[in-house]
Amino acid sequence: MSKRIDVKDLNVYYSKFLAVEDVNVTIEARSVTAFIGPSGCGKSTFLRTLNRMHEVIPGARVEGEVLLDGDDLYDDGVDPVHVRSQIGMVFQRPNPFPTMSIRDNVLAGVKLNSKRISKSDADALVEKSLRGANLWNEVKDRLARPGSGLSGGQQQRLCIARAIAVSPEVILMDEPCSALDPISTLAIEDLINELKNDYTVAIVTHNMQQAARVSDKTAFFNIAATGKPGKLIEFGPTTDIFNNPKEKSTEDYVSGRFG
Amino acid sequence: MSNATMTRRPSQFTKNKLPKWSIWAVLAGALILGAAVSALLGFSPITMAIFAAVFFVVGGTGVSAAVEGGRKARDRLATYLVYGAFIVAVLPLISVIWTVLERGMPGLTYNFLFRSMNGLTGAIDNQTVIDGTPVLGGAYHAILGTLQITLWATIISVPVGLLAAIYLVEYSTGGPLSRAITFFVDVMTGIPSIVAGLFAAALFGLIFGPGTRTGFVAAAALSVLMIPVVVRATEEMLKIVPNELREASFALGVRKWRTITKVVIPTAISGIASGVTLAIARVIGETAPILVTAGFARGINLDVFSGWMSTLPTYIYYQIITPTSPTSTDPSTQRAWAAALILIILVMLLNLVARLIARMFAPKTSR
Repeated sequence: MSKRIDVKDLNVYYSKFLAVEDVNVTIEARSVTAFIGPSGCGKSTFLRTLNRMHEVIPGARVEGEVLLDGDDLYDDGVDPVHVRSQIGMVFQRPNPFPTMSIRDNVLAGVKLNSKRISKSDADALVEKSLRGANLWNEVKDRLARPGSGLSGGQQQRLCIARAIAVSPEVILMDEPCSALDPISTLAIEDLINELKNDYTVAIVTHNMQQAARVSDKTAFFNIAATGKPGKLIEFGPTTDIFNNPKEKSTEDYVSGRFG
Repeated sequence: MSNATMTRRPSQFTKNKLPKWSIWAVLAGALILGAAVSALLGFSPITMAIFAAVFFVVGGTGVSAAVEGGRKARDRLATYLVYGAFIVAVLPLISVIWTVLERGMPGLTYNFLFRSMNGLTGAIDNQTVIDGTPVLGGAYHAILGTLQITLWATIISVPVGLLAAIYLVEYSTGGPLSRAITFFVDVMTGIPSIVAGLFAAALFGLIFGPGTRTGFVAAAALSVLMIPVVVRATEEMLKIVPNELREASFALGVRKWRTITKVVIPTAISGIASGVTLAIARVIGETAPILVTAGFARGINLDVFSGWMSTLPTYIYYQIITPTSPTSTDPSTQRAWAAALILIILVMLLNLVARLIARMFAPKTSR
């Protein structure tokens, strides 16, 4: 239930502005890959190209290849909706649907597409997804209550449950803990460690300790100056990036000497 | 030790403060002075109220300035002015409702609500005035006409306005088409209603022959006035739906149109519903476009596609301008006020319905 992603010579544009230049990365199946780097270096932008969410912004486009187990996501005739149903995403700020209950939020991917699902299957899917997101015990008695009534950390785990309910191959996380307190962050990090048994996970984070704790591989992005495109500086096993980086700028960044 | 038992000295931060009763004393003084000055000019309650208000503001501020200091006095002056502005804004509204209730209630009979003006002549009105019997004739046909024409106007305007707003917010990328739509919607908001009426009359005259006057033509005229209001209201509501919700839906592999119908519109539905209600309230009282498009009928007409029709505003207009009996106009005037009361009640009911809809669909916070 998980696939690898190979990114080849990827350039990302906002209209004419080149935001991210020439990225080559391999995201292994059943592993956690972290993207770190200073603000504005294009790591979130890059992450959004991996499930074709980048083009939702008017004028945004991409050159290059993103291969999901060998299939190019940017081939002519590829339906972005189909891509997104295989590559799920969790956002920086928890965004449960305010009009729906906790249960309906988990089932959103099924219900919004008007797929038929029997009540017993739906119940099983809700429980499985919420257990997968470590949220079941906290909300099992109030599934009919609105999702917006939960705490921030619970809402974020609800969003993760919502993402895994459509059984994607890959889960992308865009700074999933930046709006959360340390305890909720710990809960999410534990969850990420469990998720990698079943899914391929890519995570953008500002928190270097978090990258060191949860990821198997780390990619360091940097930007030469404002207005210049962001670049992938170094990519390798997390232990190497943090303990034995090849590039000077990586070493400066992970040791806090820079920016 | 002795410090603890000593009474505390007053805080250095306190200043002189007027006692609570002082404001009532100033008010009483202002009322007496106002009455006195008003009596000099020939007493009337209105001049007394105006003078008393002026004396109250000047006196209250002056006393405060003398005792409490400049900053407090300015605070009081601003407070008085804000309350004054509120009273000035609310008085006409209360006065209108009071007048309509006072004059409309006597005419609000079963006969008025469920009979039309069919066959009611000036002689009958004269007779009721002579005999002192209750006024005959009613506005049943006008109530039905108002409901039908407004319903058809809504049926035309809401889909058009909603879809236009969805295009503007969800699909357009700021190109020439969307700028043109926005521009013409703005222009249409300012169209005088009689022009909309003439437009609809001319359009249907071209298609179905001159002098085509039906309820549906009136509904078309009203929808010209309604569409821009619906577009504007819906557009604003769709704009405030957070983009994060759209992205969350896209990221689950949901198509754009499903995202719009199942996430964006449900989130904004309460605002859209109240916007539509406001649009209906805006057109339900229109008189001029109805006169030139639906004519005027004295009897019940249930078919919006043929024959002339009355609405409550045109009914009021005709009762006042051309009373049924030119010699004794009281029955007609009473009918006009009763019709005005019904119109206000209709608009209030619409508002209530919109609030109910808004509450039913509103995003759930906690139950």
